[in-house]
Amino acid sequence: MMASVSGTSVVAAASLTKRYSAVTAVDGITFQVQRGECFGFLGPNGAGKTTTMKMTYCVLPPTSGSLHVLDMDVRTHARTIKARLGVVTQDNTLDSALTVRENLVLFARYFDMPWRIARRRAETLLEFVSLTDRGNDRVEHLSGGMRRRLMVARALLPEPDLLILDEPTTGLDPQARHMVWEKLRQLKRTGVTQILTTHYMEEAAALCDRIVIMDQARIVAEGPPAELVRTHVGREVVELRGFEALQDGPQVMKAAKAAAAGLAEAHEVHGDLLLLYTRDGEALLRRLREQGVTVESATLRHATLEDVFLKMTGRMLRD
Amino acid sequence: MAAGSRMLFSPRGALRFWQRNAFIFRRIFPESIAVNFLEPVIYLLAMGLGLGAYLSTIGGLPYLVFVATGMVSTAAMFGATFECTYNAYVQMYYEKAYDGVITTPLNVEDVVVGEILWGATRSVLYGTIFLVVVWIFGVVRSPLALLIPALFLVSGLMFSVIAMTFTAVNPSIDYFTFYFALFITPMFMFSGVFFPLDALPPWVRTAAWLTPLSHVVSLSRGLALGDLSARHAWDLVWMLVVTGVLFPLPVMLMRRRLVK
Repeated sequence: MMASVSGTSVVAAASLTKRYSAVTAVDGITFQVQRGECFGFLGPNGAGKTTTMKMTYCVLPPTSGSLHVLDMDVRTHARTIKARLGVVTQDNTLDSALTVRENLVLFARYFDMPWRIARRRAETLLEFVSLTDRGNDRVEHLSGGMRRRLMVARALLPEPDLLILDEPTTGLDPQARHMVWEKLRQLKRTGVTQILTTHYMEEAAALCDRIVIMDQARIVAEGPPAELVRTHVGREVVELRGFEALQDGPQVMKAAKAAAAGLAEAHEVHGDLLLLYTRDGEALLRRLREQGVTVESATLRHATLEDVFLKMTGRMLRD
Repeated sequence: MAAGSRMLFSPRGALRFWQRNAFIFRRIFPESIAVNFLEPVIYLLAMGLGLGAYLSTIGGLPYLVFVATGMVSTAAMFGATFECTYNAYVQMYYEKAYDGVITTPLNVEDVVVGEILWGATRSVLYGTIFLVVVWIFGVVRSPLALLIPALFLVSGLMFSVIAMTFTAVNPSIDYFTFYFALFITPMFMFSGVFFPLDALPPWVRTAAWLTPLSHVVSLSRGLALGDLSARHAWDLVWMLVVTGVLFPLPVMLMRRRLVK
């Protein structure tokens, strides 16, 4: 018997697993989402993010483990839970032949909202996502960014206690993406708990209080974005490039690694690129110069979530 | 208990999805009704004036009367069948409407049942329009014809359930051609709409008896002409039993398709 979740936890998963005959899509993951926070799932394609989302918004039953959303078991209280969720699915699921306004009003009916209240709420939300003047246009005439904003507005109809966004900005241009981000930040300020999946590092860094990195059905790292960067890759990264152009490339690389010893916490080699993770990049560059390690390019930059991501999940292509 | 609660549909949820379809249908209502008036008129002119000129009577009835009283049933069948094949598939696969709806308090079962109810509604709507045209042509001979819309509710549910079952397992929209070519069209031809089945060899009659449409045609003709017998009660029982037995099938198959 699983103990009920503490009062502040909106989602609590323990050893959550989804298995298909041949594959395990989610392999015993444990996480908790606290009230009011924005919680991100980061990971390459096929890592199990969407499967986790679908189990959380109760359309996919878990194979084993426990999953409580809003203190209710997803296996027994799917309808009650879903009445309090806002969901932005990975694919847009709008009625393209209907107008923007009709999409909202019709969707509100699934939550048993009276027509009059549904219409009023639709106006408020259209304004929130800046679509008021497109209200009478058919959805098929909207841009990708507008459709995504409409998906967000639609998800907010039931005044959800938890908003789940599966890749909210994939495929959008930078302007549209920033607009969606701005709306999500506004929502966060009003206290709406959010869970989102993304494979954009900037998105996770810009929106999330805490993230987990998923890879091959498991959680491989967890924490606030800045802390993940600090603990997994340090503060700065020195990138050395151009070994292959040198006659004694392998020796130079070995020398570079030797020179970095003590200053770099870790290193990674990707073909022609040597990454040195360090707390003091200036000192490291100086040391390399003193030791006579010269390559075509040596750059110093701040470590980012992307370094963590690639370090944890590797640079192999995922499809 | 847990599994049981997932498998049940809620009448309210099904009604909400029915309302959704009705809401969308409203937009094309005038055009769609106009087309549905036109189609039977063309059929009746061709059959009654064209074919009817060569055939004097069938079973004591003018050919136009014979054909028209049977054809109302096929109009109703097509109403339900198009809704639960092409329309449902586009909603499910291309528009991904079902995926959006099941994130709300509605579940897959509600969606499937709502879609079937809407198919039956269109069956009543289209069949009744055809009936009105037929009545204008002076073919209806009994006030019992007022019961025909109720018949179309039952037959609409039956054809919707059958079509949704196919839709739930259909791998691609192209395969609906097979559904129509191998099931709907032969049934259209061999269910007693264009010629009486009594004159056919016994094995053909048995085969025809197995088709859902033959029972609807038999009943609609009986009601329109006020000529009912015990055999019509069996037609109704046949339809109710088949509908009831098959009903869980599309619900189950659609859950398997959408919830992976």
